[in-house]
Amino acid sequence: MRRASVLWPGLALACALAPAYADGVAPAREAELVRLVRQDCGSCHGLTLKGGLGPPLAAAALGDKPAAYLKYTILYGRPGTPMPPWRAYLTEADAEWIAARLLEGFPDAR
Amino acid sequence: MRANAAVIAAVLLFSAGCAQVELRGSGDLGVIVERSAGRLQVVDTTRQASIGAIAGLGDLSHASVVYSRDGRYAYVFGRDGGLTKVDLLRLRIERRVVQSGNSIGGAISQDGKLVAAANYTPGGVRVFDADTLEMLADIPATYGDGGQRAKVVGIEDAAGSRFAFSLFEAGEIWVADLSVPRAPKIQKFRDIGRQPYDALVTLDGRYYLAGLFGEDGVAMLDLWHPERGVRRVLPGYGKGEQPLPVFKMPHLEGWAMAGHLAFLPAVGRHEVLVVDTLTWREAGRIAVAGQPVFVMAQPDGRQIWVNFALPDNDKVQVIDTETRQVTRTLSPGRAVLHMEFTARGESVWISARDDNRVTVYDTATFERKAELAVEQPSGIFFTVRALRFGF
Repeated sequence: MRRASVLWPGLALACALAPAYADGVAPAREAELVRLVRQDCGSCHGLTLKGGLGPPLAAAALGDKPAAYLKYTILYGRPGTPMPPWRAYLTEADAEWIAARLLEGFPDAR
Repeated sequence: MRANAAVIAAVLLFSAGCAQVELRGSGDLGVIVERSAGRLQVVDTTRQASIGAIAGLGDLSHASVVYSRDGRYAYVFGRDGGLTKVDLLRLRIERRVVQSGNSIGGAISQDGKLVAAANYTPGGVRVFDADTLEMLADIPATYGDGGQRAKVVGIEDAAGSRFAFSLFEAGEIWVADLSVPRAPKIQKFRDIGRQPYDALVTLDGRYYLAGLFGEDGVAMLDLWHPERGVRRVLPGYGKGEQPLPVFKMPHLEGWAMAGHLAFLPAVGRHEVLVVDTLTWREAGRIAVAGQPVFVMAQPDGRQIWVNFALPDNDKVQVIDTETRQVTRTLSPGRAVLHMEFTARGESVWISARDDNRVTVYDTATFERKAELAVEQPSGIFFTVRALRFGF
């Protein structure tokens, strides 16, 4: 709970500023990534990222998982589970951007 | 005063009814899921047009639909656990319950009286009265020492008020007999294979087949003879020795049958597999443009239509079942998610999510007959499903 209250002002600020993320991803690519995560990751993790056959990816559900772990999972998949490696479609910067956004609460499609 | 109000209400209702409803059958109707908007478009497959929309259905990512046997009501299973009964003629929600935290789909019983929902959270099956959506049975998918619950996938209707379904983490198939709806009898089949991810029943309702993600092969249960147990068929079916990453799980519903041959999506390969259902052995492979997601036979069995996972999800290929050759490659739009045939298959409707469009093709000439503007369309479900096992 304490964690959430610390995060909220940050989130509100991010929304107010109509996110200008500092990571190495162009704005047009950001829109593509949002769509990819919502729609294509969403087929297993849910459009709202509350989970499906794959685990939930909402910020609260990810808890303390480090961004590097998420990035690695996105790029290389998880052997033994249905999670595929996405490195054929995503660059390191893309995966880093997605991991960072997931941890702070993923943006809606615009 | 009270009587007056009642009369006025009745008159209003009556006139609203008259304005809204033309006298018509439902046999040529259907719905298209607008996944992000939480809305259905109700379509007339004769006029090839939308006749209205029904909103307020919640999270419809991966939504699926079954029909009442009169083809008037659609039961919509939403990802958020919502089960909504909608009236296609009056274009409105009849009833709605949020029956779980996370659902994958459902089925309707042979007699049309029971609707069953398969749930991820909490893992299990819940069975409802098809009229009232009152819950009649709750079947937790417990496994191991009983403390864990598995996600339920591949729920299918079987003859005699039975539902068959698979437990993803547990590797089990269960058959629930709901002849006495409030007292289900469960038959459990254990060690059927690792990670069953989807299932189907054959068109005659006899065989229940579960695809396995965790290993090769298909788990098959003969519902005429459950006492014979689950056996493994198609030993080579699956990812095989050098699997490609699977970017979208193939669907098994609507396993395409043409005569005694079945056509099904290979997992992680750019192939459609041909299976002889007399021997349950592989009878060939057809190279296609990408990893197949849906492999669907026209109702006459003459052609097979295939769509694909990323990055080939802008294509649809057509296979001639006599020559087993790809005869056409179509471009219906970006992110093709689903295809649905009219009852006798003169046309096929194809959804292209990222182009906000559903295209109607003539299956003989491949001509585009109509285009409907639909917001992020996913599943397309026609009322003909009401009359079939496994739909």
